[in-house]
Amino acid sequence: MIAASNLAIGYGTTQVAMGIDLAVAPGEILCLLGPNGAGKTTLFKTLLGLIPALQGAVAVNGILVGDMSRAALARAVAYVPQAQVMEFAYTVLDLVLMGRTAHLGPFTSPSAADHDRARSALNELGILDLADREANRISGGQRQLALIARALAQDAPMMVMDEPTASLDLGNRFLVLARVQALRERGFGVVFSTHDPDQARELATRVAVIADGRLAAYGTPDETLTAATLSDVYGVPVALERTDTGRTVIAPAKPVS
Amino acid sequence: MRAGLVLAFLAVCLLAAMLVGSVVGPYQIPPGEVLKALIARLTGAPVTAPIDTILFQIRLPRVLAAALVGGALAAAGASYQTLFRNPLVSPDILGVSAGAGLGAVLGILLSLPVVAIQGLGFVTGLITVVIVYALARALRSQNEVLVLVLAGIVVGALAGAGISLVKILADPYNQLPAITFWLLGSLSGIKVSDVWSAAPLVVVGLLPLVLLRWRIGVLSLGDDEARALGVNVTLVRGIVIAAATLVTAAAVSVSGVIGWIGLMIPHMVRPLVGPRYDRVLPASVLMGAAFLVLVDTLARSAARTEIPLGLLTALIGAPIFVWLLARGRRVWS
Repeated sequence: MIAASNLAIGYGTTQVAMGIDLAVAPGEILCLLGPNGAGKTTLFKTLLGLIPALQGAVAVNGILVGDMSRAALARAVAYVPQAQVMEFAYTVLDLVLMGRTAHLGPFTSPSAADHDRARSALNELGILDLADREANRISGGQRQLALIARALAQDAPMMVMDEPTASLDLGNRFLVLARVQALRERGFGVVFSTHDPDQARELATRVAVIADGRLAAYGTPDETLTAATLSDVYGVPVALERTDTGRTVIAPAKPVS
Repeated sequence: MRAGLVLAFLAVCLLAAMLVGSVVGPYQIPPGEVLKALIARLTGAPVTAPIDTILFQIRLPRVLAAALVGGALAAAGASYQTLFRNPLVSPDILGVSAGAGLGAVLGILLSLPVVAIQGLGFVTGLITVVIVYALARALRSQNEVLVLVLAGIVVGALAGAGISLVKILADPYNQLPAITFWLLGSLSGIKVSDVWSAAPLVVVGLLPLVLLRWRIGVLSLGDDEARALGVNVTLVRGIVIAAATLVTAAAVSVSGVIGWIGLMIPHMVRPLVGPRYDRVLPASVLMGAAFLVLVDTLARSAARTEIPLGLLTALIGAPIFVWLLARGRRVWS
């Protein structure tokens, strides 16, 4: 359980957004939307305890993030960053093994059991065959799955994912989204940022929209992802359209002629 | 498994290099005689006079010092490259060499005894890095690593200016050659006592690097990811900087400034054992030690006069490094 109450976020003296109240429990997916620069990444860093809250508090399982040790926090919340090329050519298995760090003593290296856990995490995401490949030399989607596998190996009930589908092609995007959905069904709680409201509608149990330095909307997808809210937040007129299969998708509003 | 084999192979290489270093010199001691003398020494049996003196008073201390300095510099380089996520970083990135250099040349200028020159070099090396670290912390930047490296460059440049000033003030006939020789690195005139004074410091510095090897490796993912994985980044980074500085300062105070080893050896090691720090560290220590033992053997036997070590490591290191670069990014990544 991650809960933020009356949170103000920012760097140093520069406030990015304030008045943020949200919570996500195991078995839920909270999707975070907002225009570029609205503070999604800043909020993530604050939720993960990487930067201090300017005001208010973040609690994980009822304990203030600032009062937890790094290792205790890592055993409760895993972070899935955007997949980027790394400076060092670790194998996929090495990368996933690093997820075990919070479970190791300060002076110990991963044991055979930790190797087994890393392999089982890769297996759960269907990429065990990539274990010995260089993580920089697999596709972006595979690398994103490897980072999710690392979070699985971390054995934390909550995961925070920073735009896991950004810069992925359609196939990889659907693959990653399906895996995230499967994680929720297994009882993981996921916070997930995205630029795609349709993804949020598809996956989220709850949606938070950050814009103009505040929490512009917070609630179920149907409550939050309205044409009015999205038009307002992104500054372009949008319309919700219903497809033949009953899905609701977002499209630019047709100009009235 | 493979990494274990490579480490064993490198250990054998180091022993072979040390044997070569013991054999080669103006007075050749055949390998068999070296081993016989070593066994005799261990069992307390008498050793023939010239071999005893040459091997145990002159050659072995020098071989051991070379192994110690080479291993120490390579370990510090591997640690800094991982810590700063930058393959072009060397042990003197935070100004330790420049600081130690300034202290040592000051010691030469003041005509202090050798022990005091080494001690002064060691202390000023440490002080330099403390200043750099304090400066970086005082600036409170978001990008701690960048500010740390820039502070290192700034303070290192100041120390370099100080060294130039000392050179100008030094007696050009007696002191300047000694200063120049020291700044290029040399193990000539090394004594058993030098090895004994530097070895504990190197071991004390290596110990936290070995113990924290896994967490230090995780730091290579960047601060945010390492923190989210459960590492106390500020603490571990502080320990690595302190330990690598101690190791480098101890080495430099004995041998003078020797470049290239800390930069190059980890690059030569990674294609063999992969990029994981917990493997790169021991492999770098072994290869760095073997490398400097061989280079030092060359330095004292290739020409009539001693060739400065820094000159040789540059001559050997530059082409090897270009070759590694030409092989592509894979080498460090």
